Order: sequence, then C-alpha cells, then structure tokens
Amino acid sequence: MSPDLLKLIFGRLGLESLPLHEPIVVGTFVVVALGGAALLGGLTYFRLWGYLWREWFTTVDHKRIGIMYMILGIVMLLRGFADALMMRGQQMLAFGGSEGYLNAHHYDQVFTAHGVIMIFFVAMPLVTGLMNYVVPLQIGARDVSFPFLNNFSFWMTVGGAVLVMASLFIGEFARTGWLAYPPLSNIGYSPDVGVDYYIWALQVAGVGTTLSGINLICTIVKLRCPGMTMMKMPVFTWTSLCTNILIVASFPVLTVVLALLSLDRYVGTNFFTNDFGGSPMMYVNLIWIWGHPEVYILVLPAFGIFSEVTSTFSGKRLFGYTSMVYATVVITILSYLVWLHHFFTMGSGASVNSFFGITTMIISIPTGAKMFNWLFTMYRGRIRYELPMMWTIAFMLTFVVGGMTGVLLAVPPADFVLHNSLFLIAHFHNVIIGGVVFGAFAGINYWFPKAFGFKLDVFWGKLSFWFWVVGFYLAFMPLYVLGLMGVTRRLRVFDDPSLQIWFVIAAIGAFLVFLGILSMLMQFAVSLLKREQLKDVTGDPWDARTLEWATSSPPPDYNFAFTPVVHDNDAWWDMKKRGYQRPLTGFKPIHMPSSTGTGVILAGLATAMGFGLIWYIWWLAAASFLAMLVVGIGHTFNYHRDFDIPAEDVIRTEDARTKLLAGAK
Amino acid sequence: MTVAVNPTQTGEPLFYLADEHPHPEGYSTSLGFWIYLMSDCLIFAMLFAAFGVLGANYAAGPAPKDLFDLDLVAVNTSMLLLSSITYGFAMLAMQQNKIGQTQIWLAITGLFGAAFIGIELTEFAHMIHEGATPQRSAFLSAFFTLVGTHGLHVSCGLIWLVTLMVQVGKFGLIEANRRRLMCLSMFWHFLDVVWIGVFTFVYLLGVLR
Repeated sequence: MSPDLLKLIFGRLGLESLPLHEPIVVGTFVVVALGGAALLGGLTYFRLWGYLWREWFTTVDHKRIGIMYMILGIVMLLRGFADALMMRGQQMLAFGGSEGYLNAHHYDQVFTAHGVIMIFFVAMPLVTGLMNYVVPLQIGARDVSFPFLNNFSFWMTVGGAVLVMASLFIGEFARTGWLAYPPLSNIGYSPDVGVDYYIWALQVAGVGTTLSGINLICTIVKLRCPGMTMMKMPVFTWTSLCTNILIVASFPVLTVVLALLSLDRYVGTNFFTNDFGGSPMMYVNLIWIWGHPEVYILVLPAFGIFSEVTSTFSGKRLFGYTSMVYATVVITILSYLVWLHHFFTMGSGASVNSFFGITTMIISIPTGAKMFNWLFTMYRGRIRYELPMMWTIAFMLTFVVGGMTGVLLAVPPADFVLHNSLFLIAHFHNVIIGGVVFGAFAGINYWFPKAFGFKLDVFWGKLSFWFWVVGFYLAFMPLYVLGLMGVTRRLRVFDDPSLQIWFVIAAIGAFLVFLGILSMLMQFAVSLLKREQLKDVTGDPWDARTLEWATSSPPPDYNFAFTPVVHDNDAWWDMKKRGYQRPLTGFKPIHMPSSTGTGVILAGLATAMGFGLIWYIWWLAAASFLAMLVVGIGHTFNYHRDFDIPAEDVIRTEDARTKLLAGAK
Repeated sequence: MTVAVNPTQTGEPLFYLADEHPHPEGYSTSLGFWIYLMSDCLIFAMLFAAFGVLGANYAAGPAPKDLFDLDLVAVNTSMLLLSSITYGFAMLAMQQNKIGQTQIWLAITGLFGAAFIGIELTEFAHMIHEGATPQRSAFLSAFFTLVGTHGLHVSCGLIWLVTLMVQVGKFGLIEANRRRLMCLSMFWHFLDVVWIGVFTFVYLLGVLR
C-alpha cells in the first residue's frame, strides 16, 4: 500500500508506535494481556456478559453506578501506584554515577502518568462513587435527578481512563508533568502523541465529571425527602453539595484551557506560544483556577465522611453542626481566591503575592474549626475503634501536619525557597493521602456493609491500616527533609551521595504502602469468603445516625418502600429513639427510571473520537463524532424512560426483609 | 412541595409518607439546565478573559480597526436579536397550544440563526483571505476562538431546533416537548446575551482601541 493511503487510514499510528524496544513496557503488556484474557475468558465461560450488560453496564441505579466508580478507582489505584513504586525505585538507585533503570524518556512519562491517574482516575472516581452511592440514600431519594446522565458520566470517566491506559502500550504518555505547562507541552517541544493522550483523556473524562456535578447538585436541591431542610441535611450531603458546586464552577475552566492548548497544537494558534503575542503564563493561571478548587473538590467529601464516622463511632450528635456547614461553605468560596499560590515565583510582585498568601492562610481557619469540631465530638463520647474510626484518627493526626506545612508554603518568601522542591511533594501527598485517601478508605469500610450486606474483615483491615499509615510516614517525611535541603521534584539521577539514605527510607515506606494495598485487596477477598460470618441483616451494623441506615443492606432498587419524613439532623437516630415501627403493609407501585445502553455507546464513541484525534486518524474522529450526534439525537426520540415496579414486587422484597429481621432477633 | 411533617392526629410522629408521590417528570430539568448554562457561561467567561489578556497582542499584524466591518456586524447582531424575539413568539404560540404557529415561528427563528451563521462565516472567510488567520497573532487566535465558540453554540442550537421541530411535528406539544422548547429557549436567549458581550467588548471596544 502507498504511504499516503496508510497515512489516511492509520494517521500517524504505525508499528513503530508500539514500544517494543522498552522491555519494562513489553513485560507489563504481557502481564496485562494475560490477565485481561483470563478475565474476558472467564466472563465468557461463565456466560456473564449478558448479566453484566443488563444489570451493570446499562444500569441507571445510582447505587450500582457508585459501586462501578469505586471499582474503577481501585483498579486505577493499582496502575498509579505501580508508577509510584517505579519512581521510588529509580530515585533510590540512581546515585554514584548510576543511571538507575528508567531512561529519561520513560521516567518523565511515569511521573506524569502517576499524577494524572491518581488525581483524575483514582481520587475523583473514589469520591464521586461514594457521593453517588450515599447521597440519594442520605436524603431519602429513590435515585438522582438525571439517572441516564449519571450512567453516561460514569462511562465518560471510564473512556478517559481507557485512553490513559492505552497510552501505555500504543505510543506514549505526556512527558510534561501532570499539568502539562506550555511551552513544553506545545507542539514544538512535545510533537509526539503524549500530550494529545493527556488532553483527550481529560476532556472525555471532564465531560462526565461536569455532568455528574450538575446531576448531584440538582439531586440534593430538589429530591430531599419531606422535612429535610438544608440545615437538617447530613454533613456528608452538605460537603457533597459544595463539592459539586465546585465541580460545575471549575471544570469548565479546565475544558477551556485544554481546548486552547489543543488549538495551539492542532491548528497552530498562539495562545500559549512564546512568540506572536502568546502567553504561556496565562495557561498556568487558568489551569490553577481550575486546579486549586479541584483539591477542595477531593477533600470536602472526605471531610464529610469523617464527620459521619466521628459522630457515629462516638455515639454522639456531631459537635457544632452549624459551624461545620459554614466552614464548608467558606472553604468553597475561598478555594477560588488562592490559585496564585501555586506560582508565587512567577513574579507577580509583592502585593499580589501577599494577597494570595494571606487568602491561603485564611483557609486554615475554617479547616481548623472543623478539626476542633471532630475533637469535641469525640470528647466524652463512647468511642468505638472500628476501622472507619481508625482511619479518621489517622487522618486527624496526618492532616494537621500537612495543613501546617501548607501554611508554611503559603508564606511567599518561604515559597521562593521551597517552590517545586520535594517539600512541596511531601506537603500535597500529606494532605491528599492523609485527607482524601484515608477518607475514601474510612468511607469504604463504613459503607461497605450498606452496599453488600456484610462487613469488611477486621484483621486484614487493620493490617492494611498499619501498613498504610506507617508506610506513608516513612515515604514522605524524608521528602520534607530533602525538600528543605533543596532537592527539586522530578529529578531522575543524583550526584550527592549523602542524599541517598533518605531516598532509601522513602522507598521502604512506599513498599510498606504496597503491602497496605495488597492487604486491602486481601481484605476484600477474605470478607467475600467469610460473608456469612460477617453478615449484617439489620441494615444498621454500626448503630448509625443518618437515613441510609434506615433501609436494608443492600438497599432495594427503590431505596425506601415509603418516602421517609425527617424531623431531626440525625434522622435515623431520631427514628430509633422515638420508637419508629417499620411499615409492613400498604405498599404501592414505585415509579423508577429504566436502564439504557445509550450511555455506554456514546462514551465508547467519544473515546474512539479521542483516539482518532490523538493519532490524526481524521476519518475515525469524524465518523465517531457523527455517530455520537446520531445516537444522541436518536435517544431524545425515546419518550418512555421509566416504568413502575409493581406493588407485588415491593411486597415480596419487603416481606423477605421482615422475615430476615425477625430471624435476627 | 409542602407536606405536613407535624405529628399526626394520634400524636405519633410521622416517619414516612403512606402515599407515593413521585416527582413529576422533568421535576429537576429547569434547575439542571440553568446550572448547565452557568457552566457554559464560565466557558465564555474564560474565553473573554483570554481575549482580554491577548486582545492587544497584534504581533505586528492587523488590528481590529483594519479588520472589523461594523456595518456587517450590526446586520449580524440584528439577525441574532430578531431570532430571540421570534423564539419568544414561538413560546407564546406554544402557551396557546397552537402547533402550526409554534412551528412557523421556530422555522423563522432557525432562518435568522442560519443567516447569522452565514454572515459570520463570510466575515471569517474575508479575514482569512486577507491574511488575518487565527495563526497570525494571539489577538486573532483569541478573536476566532471566542467568536467561533459562540458560532458553534448557535450551530448546535440550530441542530437542536430542527430536532425539536420534528419532535413537535411528530408528537405534538406534549409536556416533554414543552419542557424541551423551554430549555432551548433559555439556551437561545443565553447565546443572545453572550453575543451582546462579544459585540461590545470585541467589536465596539476593539474599533475604539
């Protein structure tokens, strides 16, 4: 075939795009391919495809979508953490003239992929998954406001993750760092597909995130059950509301900044170029106007989880509910007024730097208020040290350290010394692992029995906990020391042999975290095997306080047979105290949304379009785009999107639960 | 929605509603669409900001004075403003349940919208022909992106409009279609407001500069 025709069909994709010369990547590919083949073979052998498609892929049930988000987050955690181990290994070895085992081309992709994956495809899915699962239950709703959009959002997130994973084996990922600053990310310095993978993975996933933000705001504003005024909402719902407001008010900024970067790369415009009047610094400003709210998008739901856990396991009403809500709202607003602290060294002048330094320090006040609220909730409480509570305590200790180094970095003169150093790396891992990751684990351990009807195994849970916490401190405290000594981030080789010991300690810490992750996977497996012993039939295994514990575990498709009515902040606690009797008769048909495959198809087409654009396969991009248009418009011709669960089905489900509850007594 | 949450007559607190009261279909749609519009507004805000930062970086290339034909832009602006008025008439006809009139006004709106897009494309073609391409300077990059994004939105609106006309023709002015017409109405007027910003900040202030 002529080269022109090949180019027309395959764009710039060719055999040389496959990283056959990189043994590490080839090895990974073999393992992934074998694992993937085993998984697909198993699904086919056990004839599970139909079940998966009908019950999971096309579902619009917020609970199942929430669980799928969690699975995505945990799978991507393995990939992101593999990158982390590779970096720790490289930095531990590359001393005394050694080049380590990763070449620069590969190493730069590893640290970029690590950041992108951990933020967008681990932290975001974990947080979104928990919100998706818990919020409608906490507010006594049957589903979210737009169930189809919810399914579509999830699959768009998966589409983004697929593109990032594809870059591992087809072509390469960006070598720019996780925010892809120009001019490095412009076509002149990054002519290959790496940055294009970055752009389209984030654009595809970003659509999903924005839509899911709109969806959850509407759900919380419109679908609360009778009696649940704003100031009676559980704190997790409050923090979810603020997080989703932040999502809707910040992700469009990311969309625009990435679109402008792609125009620079594809069309040759001059937004972020060095010449023809472009301004690379505008990119840095714009992306951090999204980027700073993003960290609060991640941590606010974690704060909500800790609030629920603290009050449940202290057996007390949350201390200072009102101040907790206001602190959340204040953080939401302030998070838009601090973005410049990510680049004090840009040279905006003393006044501008002072302003942003001060706003940054002010954020520590509402955060500190929250910390005291949790402490006062625990004070004189009857604390039960179950796994969620252990994660919460680890969070409180760890996050305070991270918060204080944050305030230190907020001082512009100090930042001039510490900018882009390992001190910064230690700081943000300190708050993201200590806050978001510990929060997600607290949430998983707390709500797992709600989702599956049995608790998680405590032994492996504790093992995972201690490996994680000890590993975290060993991995990141040395980075604070190195940062104070002036070691900058993203270095591949080192000259000064006196630094090596710190990197060795950090690598040991990372290995302990690895054991923590393995223990967590073991915890899931062991719990699944011991599910009869760990079973909970009451639906309320922790003697908890909010509405999600009022229904069965796992909840029926319709969540609540009758819409609850709320009188108090801790609605379920109030019901228990005042002798609520579960209704046994009078069930009626329940109106529910129907499943649809449109979300999967649209997201698949969007991913194909992204792939076409990355590799300059224009026919594929155009065809996928047109197909999306046709499928999308076709979907609007379907006016029958819901059905009634017949009363008999409700009666059957509820009677089964009545029997279970009677057996438990 | 107001539901009595006080204790029932017997003094027992009420913890659940005995009667199912499903939220009406499309209960959250207006709010959701408003929030979507605000997120879209943010996209335009960013593009305006980029134009604000880069709008004077001509890189020794053509400036607004050399490029903009205010007469043409005035005609163009009136096309879009008129289309907003005719959309309003379509909504009035919808309120009175007049399918035929609604369709006619929608069609007229579509024609005005198409005229707007046509004139805009003519303007673009003219500028590119004169060498004022998006690649020429940061000013032109920001100009084409801001105005082009607006034009892209209007084009999407046109596709949506045609789709809705088919749906109204096929299924009539049923509740779902009324809701969709309402959403498109908000979208259309929103684009009008954005265009007023473009007209003022890009064209008028540009020529003054």
